[in-house]
Amino acid sequence: MTTFDNPTVTPVAIGGTRGGPDAPTLRQDRWWVQPLVTVTALTAFVVYSAWAVFVNKDYYVGVAMHRDLISPFYSPCIAASCVPGARGTAVVAGWWHITPALIVMGGPLGFRLTCYYYRRAYYRGFWQSPPNCAVADGHRRYTGESRFPLILQNIHRYFFFIGLLFNVILTIDAVMAFRMPGAGGIGFSAGTLVLCVNAVLLWLYSLSCHAARHLCGGGVRKFSAHPIRHRVWRVLTPLNAHHMQLAWASLLFVAFADLYVRLVASGVITDPKLF
Amino acid sequence: MTDGTADPGFVSETEEAEATEEAEAAEEATVTLRVWRGDAAGGDLVDYTLPANEGEVVLDVVHRIQATLAPDLACRWNCKAGKCGSCSSEINGKPGLMCMTRVDELPEGPITVTPMRTFPILRDLVTDVSFNYEVAKRVPAFAPLPAGPEGYRMQQVDVERGQEFRKCIECFLCQDVCHVIRDHEDNKQHYAGPRFFIRLAELEMHPLDTNDRRELVRQRMGIGLCNITKCCTEVCPEHIKITDNAIIPLKERVVDSSYDPVAWLGRKILGRHKRTAEEAAAAAPH
Repeated sequence: MTTFDNPTVTPVAIGGTRGGPDAPTLRQDRWWVQPLVTVTALTAFVVYSAWAVFVNKDYYVGVAMHRDLISPFYSPCIAASCVPGARGTAVVAGWWHITPALIVMGGPLGFRLTCYYYRRAYYRGFWQSPPNCAVADGHRRYTGESRFPLILQNIHRYFFFIGLLFNVILTIDAVMAFRMPGAGGIGFSAGTLVLCVNAVLLWLYSLSCHAARHLCGGGVRKFSAHPIRHRVWRVLTPLNAHHMQLAWASLLFVAFADLYVRLVASGVITDPKLF
Repeated sequence: MTDGTADPGFVSETEEAEATEEAEAAEEATVTLRVWRGDAAGGDLVDYTLPANEGEVVLDVVHRIQATLAPDLACRWNCKAGKCGSCSSEINGKPGLMCMTRVDELPEGPITVTPMRTFPILRDLVTDVSFNYEVAKRVPAFAPLPAGPEGYRMQQVDVERGQEFRKCIECFLCQDVCHVIRDHEDNKQHYAGPRFFIRLAELEMHPLDTNDRRELVRQRMGIGLCNITKCCTEVCPEHIKITDNAIIPLKERVVDSSYDPVAWLGRKILGRHKRTAEEAAAAAPH
């Protein structure tokens, strides 16, 4: 699978001796800080989330503690192995007996892996291609996203739709977190706040996505002929300018939400009812 | 002066000494440019030290070097206002315009000035950027429908969309920093580069244009080679959001035309034709 179906093109002048010292970079600033921070933060998230996924316990705070809080890593809990109360309305994967988080992680993971911002981050940080601007590429040969497997990055828009589905589910979780089962009625606890902020950040991250911006109206040639799509595009465009910040904020907050639920479920902290 | 009021005519010995020191420091302040001198046969970095002048940009210092120390130093420049795109070079290893880089904003120590790395060297700071002109010839021109009786009419909202791309001054700093061709010379055969993705995006978003360049962009302009590391956006002196507003929208249009099965099915059902790269390229000047 290649991008170049017809590589015969008008030749351009290539070659010639390049000027300047033959060094990987002449940059004098601390260009390595940015990729280092990216690698450190993403590695920390991957390690924590892998542990959280495979530990398979303390992901739900139920009626015993008068709360209805579920970790975003385990929602929707649709496997037979889910703890009682955490299960969704239907057990879709009744045959699944290992950690239920593995079923649901594919969608959000695929969305973030193919995200235009994260691509930039891990190509620079992990793949060193290039580590930073005007710093030599870490590879002798380069085909970019024109061949398998990286050509599959083009399915990002489908993961965007899957991501939206998860946003709906996690929004329902946030609404359900207003319930105080056992104590009766509706309430608002710190856990409710955490799940609400988590849902809002995930919506903002998804709606700031470049694929969303294209699908909602960016793909049209003539804005004046599509006034509604143009209006939506105008709303999403300023959001898109903050895609990087929203990507990081939503990523870190998902981990924090899981940690919070985990600490409450394991009894390390209690979830204070705010009102 | 025991009452605390200042006598405007009085200058203490300490203040006088400080003022003298400052004046001496100003007199002694120098700037050192470490300029790459050479041609295709080879070259080296050469240090030039001159008295520092307040508010200078790197191009000012290069001109003073030409005027006083090295009259044979080759450097391309024109407007000295960041609008002609001639004085592109690499300053302390970062691509930038010499006329827009203030000396006092750079770190202490010698300032390294080298030619753009991506293009063949002619001499000193001057490179042969004809690669870009060759690529430009391969970009199919604007292909509008025949004008109606009132001529061409466009809504303001459609006019505004392409204005950002028209700010490009063709300094080729984005082409210089793009690692696809900076570090992989062989890719120049089938990669247009950020400057021409701007041009192609502008044409693809033009409401009066009739050509469909998506297959051309995919097959011959190498949009798939770009891994959106955004360096082109970082160095653009006109602050054009090259990646977000041109390259990624182009990539998404290519997904529409080549990688989206739903879009493919829609084209089949509706009987819409996707223009091939050859058909699109037929409108290219070269």
